[in-house]
Amino acid sequence: MIRKAKKTKKKPGGKLGPRRGPATERMPSGAALPYRLDDCEGYTPGSVACPGCGGALAMRHFLRAMGPDTAVVIPACCWAILAGQFPYCSLTVPTVNCVFAAAAAVASGAGAGLRARGDTRTRVMAWVGDGGTYDIGLQSLSGALERNDDLLYVCYDNEAYMNTGIQRSSSTPPGAWTTTTPQGKPRPKKNIMEIVTAHRIPYAATVSVAFPEDLRNKVEKAREIRGAKFIHVLSPCPPGWKSLSNETVKLARLAVDTKIAPLYEVEDGLRWRLTAEPRGLPVEEFLSRQGRFSRLAEPDIRRIQAEVDRNWAVLKRQAEVNPL
Amino acid sequence: MAGKKTRAKKKPRKRKAGAGRDLRRAGPGEIKVITGNYAVAYAAKLARVQVVSAYPITPQTSIVEKLSELCGSGELPAEFIKVESEHSAMSCLIGASLAGVRSFTATSSHGLAYMHEVLHWAAGQRLPIVLVNVNRAMGPGWNIWSDQTDSLAQRETGWAQFYCESNQEALDTVIQAFRVAEQALVPVMVVYDAFSLSHTSEAVELPAQEGVDRFLPAYKPAVKLDPADPRFFGGLVTPEHYMEQRWLLERDSRRILKLAAEAGREYGKITGRSYPVVEKYKAAGAEMLLLATGTIASTAKDVIDAWRARGRKVGLIRPRLFRPYPQEELRRICRGVKRVAVVDRNNSFGSGGVWCAETRSAFYDMPGKQRPQVLSYIAGLGGRDITTDVVDRILKMAWTGKAEPRGTWVDLKP
Repeated sequence: MIRKAKKTKKKPGGKLGPRRGPATERMPSGAALPYRLDDCEGYTPGSVACPGCGGALAMRHFLRAMGPDTAVVIPACCWAILAGQFPYCSLTVPTVNCVFAAAAAVASGAGAGLRARGDTRTRVMAWVGDGGTYDIGLQSLSGALERNDDLLYVCYDNEAYMNTGIQRSSSTPPGAWTTTTPQGKPRPKKNIMEIVTAHRIPYAATVSVAFPEDLRNKVEKAREIRGAKFIHVLSPCPPGWKSLSNETVKLARLAVDTKIAPLYEVEDGLRWRLTAEPRGLPVEEFLSRQGRFSRLAEPDIRRIQAEVDRNWAVLKRQAEVNPL
Repeated sequence: MAGKKTRAKKKPRKRKAGAGRDLRRAGPGEIKVITGNYAVAYAAKLARVQVVSAYPITPQTSIVEKLSELCGSGELPAEFIKVESEHSAMSCLIGASLAGVRSFTATSSHGLAYMHEVLHWAAGQRLPIVLVNVNRAMGPGWNIWSDQTDSLAQRETGWAQFYCESNQEALDTVIQAFRVAEQALVPVMVVYDAFSLSHTSEAVELPAQEGVDRFLPAYKPAVKLDPADPRFFGGLVTPEHYMEQRWLLERDSRRILKLAAEAGREYGKITGRSYPVVEKYKAAGAEMLLLATGTIASTAKDVIDAWRARGRKVGLIRPRLFRPYPQEELRRICRGVKRVAVVDRNNSFGSGGVWCAETRSAFYDMPGKQRPQVLSYIAGLGGRDITTDVVDRILKMAWTGKAEPRGTWVDLKP
């Protein structure tokens, strides 16, 4: 069934009508905003996202950087709901919903179809949760990456099956409570970036909603590359993480600064570069703000710290030995 | 509302079949001796498909190989996405078809089953994708031979299904399938038997491209993936609207009966080979009709000839469409016939042959005196040969009205 997206103002040159903020808008620190005020605003008000949704914030940043010539493919995940319910749509760009396991394949096909139609301008962006990326959709993701199909695959990772009400995924971090790991998850989080970079795709990166300038640089870079691009964005989820809805950006920043979710980019799967120097805070700063880690004892936290340190050492060495 | 009323007053003008279309006979095509699989690969080329995505599976593999060759050499200027599974093959085509281009795939058996959830989406999103399925048995144990259970099990997905009897018909049906699919915005499956068609070479005429182009104009969808006209495809729909969306699919599925008949006729005008929705063979004046599909019908025609030569009034009917099922036409053909014997190379466990159940259901509302007795025979599962001898035995049983209510399993070893 085909429905009309919400009416959008069209500007000459095909640009979608921007929503302008006050010209003096600045960050609390006084620094300039990381985005331009005449950017494409692809995400309209009235979304049904939970307060403080990291995934919603991420979409807004990504669409600003991608611009209006973007088609979005969304499988089953929180965003299948956030995109709106018939006959409404919260995005101003063409949006496709698809089955859970197939976001990468639908995006590949959409790219091929657009090329066959002679449209070389529109970029296809698959927008997928961690369930659809790490678990059920891993096969089609691997297929698209190996073929180096022209698409940007974004995993907004809220570290569990949040749309069905907080069940563990292979992205859930160790020790985290979910409804299917009531005693805390015993296994480590799957390292999706190592899997993705093993495909030797032109570009892979991690971004954070707390570092929008870095996010923008990476998305703009990915947008201009032909072939398969993968971007991972950690998306704090207040209901699932049992965190405060006004601490989403803070948590995202703490994830970077504790080295739990470092920011880096990888070209051709071989050349690595760290794009932010973490402050190296203890993991406890990140964990203690979330109810999902409330049952962790001191030894658990030490184990997590040790694992984070190990992962960081591996990553840092990669960036030193195989620099970008 | 006012506009609607004015329009209602106007006498509805009946569109003449074929109006506005150039149905002149095309020049002669090229005759090739090819397998069914090569025939449908050439059909995809003649249909000028723009995106192909497929995954190999016996006995479909040579379709994928031939299409790779045609795309690789540039003979067929299409994008071929060589996917890692059938699930992704159909998903790729959903993306491509949403982008507004003609899309094609082929599979068989487990491949089709693996696609199942995506088949629902292709139909629900109203995408005119054409899929060739080579009928092969489902496991376990592994069996690569002919059996219709794979495609019949996709009955409720919203796809139209055509069943073919020869390599020529397979080629011709793929071209017709694209036209019907794009007119109704319903995806179409073209089905034929493993090995007896897929790997058997026959003389096949590849119709002249010029004729095919007239029969099948370029696909130009009203809505597609386009940032200049942003649309929302397949999003969340509540009980308030879901039923209406399904009704539109049902309404257009029913339209296919007429569109398929029209396509079969007009294809005949252009190429010299026309195709009815239900083929009748010596059905006139028959007391008993055998209903068979695919290559079983070919074998059965020889047996019907022999019975006719002996003065027995028997004939054959072969529905080409399974979804939508041509109920009205079958009722019309079978009215007053004493018995209809259905041969099923498939089984719905605990119920019986699928074509038989469909036929019985179609006949149920006929007045008692006109309604034929429907007899069910299950034969040839997993590729066991259905020989003239097997068909002859089925006819003998049917002639005396002998059949179990849920189907007699023919040739069952003790």
